[in-house]
Amino acid sequence: MDIKVNVRESGDAYVVELGGEIDVYTSPKVKDAITELIDQGHYNLVINLEKVRYIDSTGLGVLIGGLKRVREHGGTVSLVCTNPQIRKIFDITGLVKIFGIYDDETEAQKALV
Amino acid sequence: MTKVTAEAKSLGTVDLRIPSKAEWVAVARLTVAAIANRLPFTVEDIEDLKLAIAEACTYVIQAGGEREHIDITCDTGSDFLTIRVRDHGAIHPESAPRRPSGGSVEGLGIFLIQALMDDVKHTPEGESGGELVMTKRVGS
Repeated sequence: MDIKVNVRESGDAYVVELGGEIDVYTSPKVKDAITELIDQGHYNLVINLEKVRYIDSTGLGVLIGGLKRVREHGGTVSLVCTNPQIRKIFDITGLVKIFGIYDDETEAQKALV
Repeated sequence: MTKVTAEAKSLGTVDLRIPSKAEWVAVARLTVAAIANRLPFTVEDIEDLKLAIAEACTYVIQAGGEREHIDITCDTGSDFLTIRVRDHGAIHPESAPRRPSGGSVEGLGIFLIQALMDDVKHTPEGESGGELVMTKRVGS
């Protein structure tokens, strides 16, 4: 089981590209990456979940925590996700109403502006 | 709603004991997926089962306490899978919110279990805790 975290700058935003499985064991690594970006003053984030095969409530909790923090600074988080199983989890939990979820990074980045 | 009679239709039982640590949750998840794969569940059903067992284990781990391990029993039938997770008092589904709101993380795991499984029951067993028993039926 692994999680890959790749952070890169893209225009006015930062993209956090995640790959693998996000669960109670791996979510701290994701949280650290997002927290580091926010601590550095980056409040507009695109989190790309296209290579994520699995996410549980701890992963959702990390995303929610990140969103709450950037909103305090007038920023936001857009998600990229087309995996139907993962989108289903956002639907069930009602998080589709809280996050903007897009099919690709270009759309997600446009939504930040 | 059809009542599942595990004894009558049982195809076999698998017991699993994992250390009560985050790095072992994936083992429970993959084991349940392998068991479910032997039954006529869809890929989507199997993903639901993986998430449900992971959430149950995560809940026990995050509840802390003196637990060294988590005991999981999978009862298989021709059209159902019942998973029992001995929680030693950690899980209280009745206290979970009907649906998380406002981005609340509290109760999200238990909420997901209730949403993804067909039956979820918590059986108190006194001071030693109880069991979370959850069933997924084929074609539900």
